Amino acid sequence: MIHSLFLINASGDIFLEKHWKSVVSRSVCDYFFEALERATEPENVPPVIPTPHHYLINVLRHRIYFVAVIQSEVPPLFVIEFLHRVVDTFQDYFGVCTEAAIKDNVVVVYELLEEMLDNGFPLATESNILKELIKPPTILRTVVNTITGSTNVGEQLPTGQLSVVPWRRTGVKYTNNEAYFDVVEEIDAIIDKSGSTITAEIQGVIDACVKLTGMPDLTLSFMNPRLLDDVSFHPCVRFKRWEAERILSFIPPDGNFRLLSYHVSSQNLVAIPVYVKHNISFREGSSQGRFELTLGPKQTMGKAVESVLVSSQLPRGVLNANLNPSQGTYTFDPVTKLLSWDVGKINPQKLPSLKGSMSLQTGASKPDENPTINIQFKIQQLAISGLKVNRLDMYGEKYKPFKGIKYMTKAGKFQVRT
Amino acid sequence: LKVINCCVWDPSGEIFELKAELNSDKKEKKKEAVKKVIASMTVGKDVSALFPDVVNCMQTDNLELKKLVYLYLMNYAKSQPDMAIMAVNTFVKDCEDPNPLIRALAVRTMGCIRVDKITEYLCEPLRKCLKDEDPYVRKTAAVCVAKLHDINAQLVEDQGFLDTLKDLISDSNPMVVANAVAALSEIAESHPNSNLLDLNPQTINKLLTALNECTEWGQIFILDCLANYMPRDDRESQSICERVTPRLSHANSAVVLSAVKVLMKFMEMLPKDLDYYGTLLKKLAPPLVTLLSAEPELQYVALRNINLIVQKRPEILKHEMKVFFVKYNDPIYVKLEKLDIMIRLASQANIAQVLAELKEYATEVDVDFVRKAVRAIGRCAIKVEQSAERCVSTLLDLIQTKVNYVVQEAIVVIKDIFRKYPNKYESVIATLCENLDSLDEPEARAAMIWIVGEYAERIDNADELLESFLEGFHDESTQVQLQLLTAIVKLFLKKPTETQELVQQVLSLATQDSDNPDLRDRGYIYWRLLSTDPVAAKEVVLAEKPLISEETDLIEPTLLEELICHIGTLASVYHKPPSAFVEGSRVHLRIPHTRVSTRPHPHSPLKCCPAPHSALGPAIVQVSTRKVPVILLGSRLWTLSITSAMPASLGGAPAVGGGLGDLFDLGGGVGMPTGSYVAPKTAWLLAMKAKGLEISGTFARRGGIIQMDLSLTNKAMSVMTDFAIQFNRNSFGLAPAGPMQVLTPLSPNQTIDVSLPLSMSGPVMKMEPLNNLQVAVKNNIDVFYFSCQYPLSLLFVEDGKMDRQVFLATWKDIPNDNEAQFQIKDIHLNSDVASNKLQGSNIFTIAKRTVEGQDMLYQSVKLTNGIWVLAEMRIQTGNPNYTLSIKCRAPEVCQFVYQCYELVLKN
Repeated sequence: MIHSLFLINASGDIFLEKHWKSVVSRSVCDYFFEALERATEPENVPPVIPTPHHYLINVLRHRIYFVAVIQSEVPPLFVIEFLHRVVDTFQDYFGVCTEAAIKDNVVVVYELLEEMLDNGFPLATESNILKELIKPPTILRTVVNTITGSTNVGEQLPTGQLSVVPWRRTGVKYTNNEAYFDVVEEIDAIIDKSGSTITAEIQGVIDACVKLTGMPDLTLSFMNPRLLDDVSFHPCVRFKRWEAERILSFIPPDGNFRLLSYHVSSQNLVAIPVYVKHNISFREGSSQGRFELTLGPKQTMGKAVESVLVSSQLPRGVLNANLNPSQGTYTFDPVTKLLSWDVGKINPQKLPSLKGSMSLQTGASKPDENPTINIQFKIQQLAISGLKVNRLDMYGEKYKPFKGIKYMTKAGKFQVRT
Repeated sequence: LKVINCCVWDPSGEIFELKAELNSDKKEKKKEAVKKVIASMTVGKDVSALFPDVVNCMQTDNLELKKLVYLYLMNYAKSQPDMAIMAVNTFVKDCEDPNPLIRALAVRTMGCIRVDKITEYLCEPLRKCLKDEDPYVRKTAAVCVAKLHDINAQLVEDQGFLDTLKDLISDSNPMVVANAVAALSEIAESHPNSNLLDLNPQTINKLLTALNECTEWGQIFILDCLANYMPRDDRESQSICERVTPRLSHANSAVVLSAVKVLMKFMEMLPKDLDYYGTLLKKLAPPLVTLLSAEPELQYVALRNINLIVQKRPEILKHEMKVFFVKYNDPIYVKLEKLDIMIRLASQANIAQVLAELKEYATEVDVDFVRKAVRAIGRCAIKVEQSAERCVSTLLDLIQTKVNYVVQEAIVVIKDIFRKYPNKYESVIATLCENLDSLDEPEARAAMIWIVGEYAERIDNADELLESFLEGFHDESTQVQLQLLTAIVKLFLKKPTETQELVQQVLSLATQDSDNPDLRDRGYIYWRLLSTDPVAAKEVVLAEKPLISEETDLIEPTLLEELICHIGTLASVYHKPPSAFVEGSRVHLRIPHTRVSTRPHPHSPLKCCPAPHSALGPAIVQVSTRKVPVILLGSRLWTLSITSAMPASLGGAPAVGGGLGDLFDLGGGVGMPTGSYVAPKTAWLLAMKAKGLEISGTFARRGGIIQMDLSLTNKAMSVMTDFAIQFNRNSFGLAPAGPMQVLTPLSPNQTIDVSLPLSMSGPVMKMEPLNNLQVAVKNNIDVFYFSCQYPLSLLFVEDGKMDRQVFLATWKDIPNDNEAQFQIKDIHLNSDVASNKLQGSNIFTIAKRTVEGQDMLYQSVKLTNGIWVLAEMRIQTGNPNYTLSIKCRAPEVCQFVYQCYELVLKN
């Protein structure tokens, strides 16, 4: 099982270590540092690194490497999933997961790690249960604690851990009972030079924020459940019911959680909400290149495309770019050659464009590589797959909760080749 | 002065201050001090000097303080074992606390204190906690057993904790079950002998029930454990699959992958024509695709596993090519894996798309990735014949870009394309030659030189080109030098008149001016060949080359089988057999000569794979292509091979001659076969269990025909009629060759003998034990079932005598792991009589050798399904105990072959 954990910051310092079995010397991280040195980019460090006596499995999040040490055959995915869970927990507890936040809360961090693993076996990883065991630090509580001398460790048994619904704590009470669901879809696409779609898929999630008193039993049904043929559920969802009736039936955890994530594959027709017209060209023998980019909406069901951000890694030979945006602002970093253009909202009547010239090193040959354009955007009130919630019902409790459902579509890895 | 008393380097006086605070009377101050101590400990400061002071704080009702002290204890107990004993009492007390949280906390912390002295005190509290009324305590105690085992394995066994742990698999609480499984799996890893996870249909059922209700992590443990189970038949296999499939929709990717493992493995047992088989195949694709939308690290592990799955069952993902298309900001390790899978999935149907993508990748920035993309184009050409032309033109386009490393990679792969499709694309040679000067990498230079040499007759200035390389001969790498030498010799053989000078030059460079023995040797060989017999030289140097195929990069099938059984593990990430790398005692068992029992190794590929068709069917007989390093087989066989090879090397004496005559003088010396041994009939079905029908029987092999001899007795009061017989699927496909002939009705108290001829054409399924046969007999009253075991000698065929040379080669080729040794005791036969007896049962003696009063018989046996079994029997004069070594590609049969030896020799 998981032996030890080292947290390493961007400059290569080990700033926290935790051992669940015997102590493994820090020097084991030297193998990680070697791999880090070989990697051209911080994110290129291989996730699994062998050493003579151990294996190092690492994830990089928030510019911190979480390096787990294992000694026997342990499924690497198990370790990686667990590490991500650790990061999520830190974020949940401290608001951000940074070196500073971890150092400031080092005792809580240590307590959390101790509760999450026992001898390398996962113990409590559900945030509901952890919060019962260890109260998250808040400014207020810190003040109160120092005055009254009370503690941030819960005094009772984590009741949820043994009930049939281990994800929900008992005795939940709210004055305002509410249940909100966010349907968020990210569209990943690769569009080729000519504007046709090479591949497009949708990663969707339904995130919930449920604050309901008692033990509510919810059902959620969809207008078009057939879209959901590839789904991953929160453990609370009753799988049999879904198989039989295509209805989500569940007793929700308290607070925020991910009810469901789904995937609409490239084999379905995926609507592409924006198009790009581009002309990025260099002439042989000239030290100038042309750059033209126009964006427009497409298949958005009449909804506005907002928060558009275009970025592109221009060829190494480009010295500078002199461009003129019809709206928004652009920056070009001559060192990293990264061009980014903050477009804002797309007005279908007046399409945003960015035009101008790029200067090359004099005498340099025409660059070989074609830059890829990366686009980010958001569309409110639309799930691009067409998924729609039909109704949400609650059983088991008498009060009338307030219910709400929001839709949003975002660009995931949305790339246009030129 | 007080600071000095602390005996630690404490420049700021911090430790001293903390010490004072820890001993304060005020509770609050104490707690704050402990917190500070923990904080210092976490950042790696040494605060072990405070051990006694911190331990003093342990006796408290404050839960937080208790937890903090426990944290401290776990960290420093090892360095202060004497002090740690002070804490024992508190643990014992806490284990009896009315609050289960405290009990659990105590048992949990106890196990983390890795001090030998303490462990003994912990046994009693642990025993109580394992039987605690609260499942939360039981589940914590289960893990504690694993911890304790890690510290002191003997103690855990002596105290009987392993049995208690096994009992917990049947616990009513799913969380307890999951933890018990996890703890047992971990212990089993360091303890390969113990039969800890003894799975039977009942425990499997327990596990499957717990699977639905336990935490995600528990599900992983349970699924991994299920994967070690061997279902009895396809129905059980299907029912397990059905209950595991819902896990594919789990949000935790490790659960998904473990479920995929179980399904991939058990699927093997399902008949391919079953509807459910098709359904299952379809269900596997979406979760695998979904794994690719997770974080890059998860993607990487998923991709390494998908790589295996695609090789084993390409049909699962054949329509999902697009999800493997590379995004330009994927980390490099994801990009390279995706590329690999794209090539594996490439087929005529999607090749156009794939090529367009690969061409796109070849213009990216990352050099490593670009290189691999160019190589991928070459691999596509070799894999999909119809696309070869398109690939070549794509490569030519890329060469036109003149990007140096792209050109070089392209040339390397074009060389491979030439080898796969000779005389097809040579028109591009001119274009390649244009880029000769820009090549600076050895591999590309060597490839280009190979092309020039191979097609020297079509390149007008081949001699000039090669000559130009020759100028800097000594600065080239060995690879290029060797290639250049060969190319020039080829050129000379093709155009002898113009190139005599050139070949002289290269030969003298290679033989006289080089320090490299490989190069010198190759130079001399060419030189002698050319000088003694130019015709022969031509035949050797210009011989037709074997074609290359895409198969070269596929994982060898038996390894693939094994890896499929280990999906989701480190082994699957590294594509290495599990035994090859994880530290631990697993490896011990692999040393073949120390092994006497033939209980199949728990991790051996055949045992853990329910691949009945391929494991025992003819497929296994094909000579494995895995490169087993040739290890000398122990002196006995080695000398045998030397002696038999000697005459040939010493001037072509006849193969059997001189001293070898004594060795192999067996051909006609053996008397006529005496007929195979037939065991007496034994009772298979008792009258009381079968409404009055009693069946006893045995098996016999007579003249190549297998017969089942049955005696049916009617012990009921009424007449029995309408007899029929049927077999369940079995390991070797035994089936009745015709209906059972019971012509007359069977009256009460009558016995009838029936001989039922058997064929080997029935459906195959691996049985446990291997020679088990489940039989159903029907009469007018009911259907009755019984099982019996047949001697493996039933399957020994008459043409099982292996050629001597083949025997030697096969013996070497079978990995030593597959060898099993046995003792046959109390046999008072000399070797000739023994081998005569054995021959009667189709165990053939191929060679005999006598060394220092010890007779060694080399024997072969062939099973009906084509499996060869090789044996070496050592007989010491005057010693009634024979030593038998058996080697077979399907090592599970060894045990049964040994049983046959014993049966035959003792009767």
